[in-house]
Parts: sequence; C-alpha cells; structure tokens
Amino acid sequence: MSLELAVAAALFTGVIAYALLGGADFGSGFYDLTAGGSRRGAELRTQVDHSLGPVWEANHVWLIYVLVVWWTGFPASFASTMSTLIFPMLFALLGIVLRGAAFAFRKYSGSLRQAQLFGAVFAASSLITPFFLGAAAGAIASGRVPAEGRGDVWGSWLTATSFFGGAIAVGTCAFLAGVFLVADAARAGRTHLVAQLRARTLGVGAVTGLVVFAALVPLHEDAPTLWAGLSGRALPLVLLSAAAGAATLWLLWVGRHSVARLTALVAVAAVVSGWGIGQYPWLLVDEVTLTDAAGAPATLAALLVAVGIAGAVVLPALAYLFSLTQSEKWADAGH
Amino acid sequence: MEPLLALTSLVTDDPAGLLPARQQMALSLGWHIVLACFGVAFPTIIFAMHWRGIYRDDPDALVLAKRWSKVSAVLFAIGAVSGTVLSFEFGLLWPGLMSRFGDVLGLPFAFEGLAFFLEAIFLGIYLYGWGRIPPKQHLLMLVPMGITGVVGTFCVLAVNGWMNNPTGFRIEGGEVVDVQPWVAFLNDGVWMQFLHMWVAAFMVAGFAISAVYAAGMLRGRRDRHHRLGFTVPFVFATVAALLQPVIGHLLGSRLASTQPAKLAAFELALETESPSPLRLGGLLVDGEVRYALDIPYLGSLIARNSFTEPVQGLDTIPVDEQPPVNITHLAFQSMVGIGTLLALAVVLFWLARWRGHDLLGNRWFLRGAVLAGPLAVVALEAGWIATEVGRQPWVVYGVMRTTEAAGDNPGLWWLLGISTVVYTAMTVGAVVVLRSMARRWREGEEDLPSPYGPERESLEGADA
Repeated sequence: MSLELAVAAALFTGVIAYALLGGADFGSGFYDLTAGGSRRGAELRTQVDHSLGPVWEANHVWLIYVLVVWWTGFPASFASTMSTLIFPMLFALLGIVLRGAAFAFRKYSGSLRQAQLFGAVFAASSLITPFFLGAAAGAIASGRVPAEGRGDVWGSWLTATSFFGGAIAVGTCAFLAGVFLVADAARAGRTHLVAQLRARTLGVGAVTGLVVFAALVPLHEDAPTLWAGLSGRALPLVLLSAAAGAATLWLLWVGRHSVARLTALVAVAAVVSGWGIGQYPWLLVDEVTLTDAAGAPATLAALLVAVGIAGAVVLPALAYLFSLTQSEKWADAGH
Repeated sequence: MEPLLALTSLVTDDPAGLLPARQQMALSLGWHIVLACFGVAFPTIIFAMHWRGIYRDDPDALVLAKRWSKVSAVLFAIGAVSGTVLSFEFGLLWPGLMSRFGDVLGLPFAFEGLAFFLEAIFLGIYLYGWGRIPPKQHLLMLVPMGITGVVGTFCVLAVNGWMNNPTGFRIEGGEVVDVQPWVAFLNDGVWMQFLHMWVAAFMVAGFAISAVYAAGMLRGRRDRHHRLGFTVPFVFATVAALLQPVIGHLLGSRLASTQPAKLAAFELALETESPSPLRLGGLLVDGEVRYALDIPYLGSLIARNSFTEPVQGLDTIPVDEQPPVNITHLAFQSMVGIGTLLALAVVLFWLARWRGHDLLGNRWFLRGAVLAGPLAVVALEAGWIATEVGRQPWVVYGVMRTTEAAGDNPGLWWLLGISTVVYTAMTVGAVVVLRSMARRWREGEEDLPSPYGPERESLEGADA
C-alpha cells in the first residue's frame, strides 16, 4: 500500500469511528427531543444523560482526528472543502458547540426550567450536526467541491444528494442511538423505558431503510461517479448493510438487545465504508484523487507514526472506557 | 514618522476575509485559551486535593476534589467544543495558510489530537468513576490527564513556535519543498514558549480557583473547607507565579536575534539606543512616544542581558514589516506588570505566613486574592495578544503575510456576529450553571442529581 493510501485509510477509519460513536451520541438527541413533557420524559432523559455522559467527549475527538489527518495529509483539499462548504460546515459546527455546551449545562442545571431550556437546545442541535455533515459528504461525493479555491458556496450542497446525505446521516445516527439506549436501559432493568425506546427505534430503522432506498433514485442522476461505485465495487458492502440493518430490526423485535448493538454497528459501518469504497480513488469526487491530493511524503510518513502511536495508546484506553460504561456495574444511573 | 503608515497599510488593499477573520480568531481563541488553561492545569490541582483526601484521610479534601471534578465537567465540555471551533476555523478563515503549509505545521496537531483523545477518555472515566472504581485506582485516572495537559500544550505551542520561527521546509520557485515535519515540530521556538504557556495555565487556574474561596471567606465562610480550597490551588499559583518571570525573561531574550520587530514593539523602541532604556507605559502618537517613563539602562539589561547592547529600533525595520506598535507594547507591558504584581503578592503571603501572620484573616489581602483571578486571565490574554500582534504582518514569520493566508469572503462578518451571540450565551450559561452548583452545595446538596431525576422531583415536592 502506498503512503497516500495508508493515510487515506487512517483518515477513513476515523470517519467510520466518528459516524458510529459520535453518531450514536448525536442520535440520542432525537429520542430526547421526542420524549415528551418533563415528567413523562424524565426517565428517558436521565438515561440519555447517563449513557452519553462518560463517553461523548471521547467520541467527539474522532472528528478532531479526522480534521487534523485531513489537513495534514491532504492540505489543499481541506482548504478548498472548508471554503466551498462553509455553510454546512458552520451549521454543523454550531450544532457541535450548542450540543456539547447544553448537554453539560443540563446535567448540572439548578432548576427544571433551566434543564428544559438546555435540554431543548441539546436535543435540537444534536440533529443539526449530522444533517449538515451528511450534506457536506453529499457535496463531496457528487463532485461539487473543487480541488483548489472556493467552489459554489450554495449550489455545491443545495442538491438532492446532499439532502439525502443529511437525511440518511440523521436517520442512521438516531437508529444507532436507539439500539444502544435500548441495551443500556435493559441492562439497568428499566422495562418500561425499554418498551418505549424499542418501538421508536424500530420506527426510525424502518424509515431510515426506506430513505436509503429512495436516495438511490436521485443518486443515479446527481452523483453518477458515486452511483457507479456503489452499484459496482461497493455493492457487497451495500448488501451487507441492508442485511445487517434488517437483522438489527429483527433482533430488537425479539428482544436480543445486546447482539443488536453489533449488527447495528455493522450496518452503519458498512454503509459508510460503501461510500468510501464507492468514491475511491477520488478524495474529492471527479476533482482530485487521493494520490494527487496528498501532501509531502515525509509528512505522510510522520502522520502514520502518530496514527500508530494513537493505535497503541488511545485504543486500549478507549477499550477500558467502553468496558466500564458497557458493564453491569455502571448500568445503575447512580448520580 | 514612518510607523503609523504601517498601521494604515493594514487596512487597505486587504482581502475581504482578513479583518473579520482576525476578529473571529481573536474572539474564539481568546475565549478558548482560558478554558484550555483549566484543561491543562485543573486535573493536576484536583489530583493534589484528591490525593490528600485519600492518603491523608481528609474528608474536606475529598469533598472539594469531588466538587471540582463536577466543575471541570462543565469547563471541559465548553473547552472541548470551543477547541473544535478552532479546528474548523483553520480551514474556514485561513485557507491560504492551510493549503500551502498544512503538511508542514500539521504534525503537532496530530499529536495534540492524540493527547486530547486520552484526556477526554480519562476525564469520562474519572468523572463517572466516583463510587464505581476503587478509590486509589480512581485517583490514578487523573495522572494521564496531567500528562496529556503537558503534551497538548507542547504541541499547540509547537505550531505557534513554528509560526514565529518557521523551519522544516524550503521555498523553491514559489513552491514549498523539502518538508521535514519533525524539524518543524521541534523548532527552536517551542521549548520556552511551551514552558511559558504551561506555567501560565497554572497561574490562571490556580489564582482563579483560590479567588473563589477567597470570595467565600470575605463573606464570612471561614471554615476549614474554604481555607483548604484556597490554599491548594494557591500553592500551585505561587510556584507558577515565581517561575514565570524567569521563563518569560529567557523567552524574551531570544527575540533580539529571532524577531527584532516584535522586540522593538514590546519595548516601544523607535530608534536604536545604546544603552536602551526601559520604557514604562507610553503610546506612539503621530510618530512620537508620549506618556512614557524611561528608566535608563534597564531596557538593555532586561532584553539583552547587557549594560550596552541596544534594542534594535523600529526605524531599522521596513515599514511594511512592522507590527501594530501600540497594541503590542501595551499588551506586553500589561502582561509583565500583572505578572510582577502577582509574583510580589504571593511572596508577601508566604513571607507573612512564615513570620506567623495569616493574611487569610486580612480583608484587603482577600480582596486582592479575589482580584488575582481575573488579573491572571488578563495577563494571559495580554501575553497572547502581545505575541500574536507582535508577529504581524506575518502569519508565518518572514515567509507568509497574514493577508496571503486569509480568504476573500466578506460574509465572514456574519459569522463574527453570530459567534459573538453564541459565545456570549455560552458564557452566561456556564456562569448560571456554575453559580447554581455552588448555591446547592452551600445548601448541603452534595450529589447534584439529574434535574429530571426522581430524586430531584421528590426534593422539589418536599419544598412545595
């Protein structure tokens, strides 16, 4: 594997990790938003607080990882993407800022009224970020971001591909979040909450599946390069995603919540990988390939050293965090 | 005279995205840098308190450590999101810098991201580990956070050091070639800049936290809890405040050879004088220095370690390579002045204590200790303004002008407006929540249950 490809693989691994882990955190906002009044929604919101609290900052860092590897490994394309997609990026950023701040503020709110205000901001902004990041991905995948300079700041992302990209991002985030929240609630023995969340997660999963299929129609016209990749090289991943998604719905239905977490992760990882493999070898579709966009070879090599150290140091720590939070001992909401 | 022309040339013929980008950077970085100080220093300060609680069997210390961990949860959250803003802004505001030098300056950011990753992971474990992890093991979760504070600071300052002392590449026919990322990472400027910032973080966090307990003592809460809450961070602040003048001096003495324009602006030296005076205060008005108090010899002594070596004057530097003089000079002197004041104040406190006088019983000292918190923040901001504005008109010193780094997007003014609203709201939100936490703690509520939780509802029901 060439240096550029190795760095691109490291970059895309970050994209998948962020989609899975960050996505599950953002998706929780959907259930929080639709949990109902403060009394009826109390149990669910407390569960969201407890499930996200220890992990959301670590999960968020995957985005920083992606940005840093991108601008260090492929600097010119980073500058042109940020300049062109300034609006979706800024909206996504606004969501990130409001979500993180409001989540922390809500947990320590002094009154129910404050908690309601911060909670509404947290939940709404949780949906904004995945939508606009999905829309930005759609703009790249449909070949609307130039290799250098600033492209059309509106026309690049006000398109069918970007719209579906955003909708699919919101749907998959909510689906993942639902599956994990159901499992967390089941581990804590909150049967009423499990039933409530399971019904919604099944609904979200079904709708998201339909949106993904509906998206195939405009994609054919609007993003031919991606379409060719998805229906060719990446087809096995698309099929895997569909199968894993369906399996997740079935597992939820029959109450196998723990296993459903795995199939849900596979479903989302497969669809995101499908996008990456589908648009290979392009970094910015139809504009610049990974190889041509790469920065100085010495920097790519150094970046791989950093990634290797991250793998050796960060991954075990991350595994420790998740082993704690996903264990029985931490399931109790405590305080 | 000439220098004023430098100022006016800054506002003409600039790309439309330059001025809003500068203001946006000032707002977002100026806000984040305060939170970053807490992210770097607070875990170590909490460690000291938590250690005392466990190994000295001190229940007051344990209560304080637990409360501080909750405060850090709020501060770190807004620190994390405001840091993310900066990652986006590199591309959004400075496309010229990133597209040309992204692969030169990027490596330290990769390691900074790694450090931030570990900090976020262990923060999560530490915050939620109370009562879930065996106490001695739980305490250890703070150790990686202290280390990542060091690594993260070093990496960020490596980028800033590189901007001030660019190295690790060559320009050939207008192209950046022969990129050596490790050379750029470990540039000459990073070591002292890192120490200066790392110690500054302990000054800001130490003085700010002890200020909170000094305020409590002023209101008559003179229990052991408050004395301990004051003393532990104050010890950190003391060590930092005493080291900082030495580090600052060593850092500054590099400038004569590396960045003479910045040094000239710091010292308000229009002409090369031998020996150079130390110019206290003063403004450049119509090309002349006004309202300054000159102390002979001291300028040469401090900046050059010599009685005769001069500070190179601004008149030796081309007008279009001079920084805005007044901002740089005033910011620099504010930093030094406040730093000196804080160093004298901590010496006074410990000397008095050694002689058997406890200044915590003195209302004027407590008022000063309350003021020291915001003053340390002002010194931090002033120091940052001094070094950043003093580097102008360059973004990469001597290589790329800030005008070349900016984009041509006039819409950035909108971004600045919205950002101002969002940052104001975030500041208000943090203050409201932190104050409400303190209020509930004073009322004897220790665990701060979820506002949605059944415990809270029953509490509110009991009140009604």
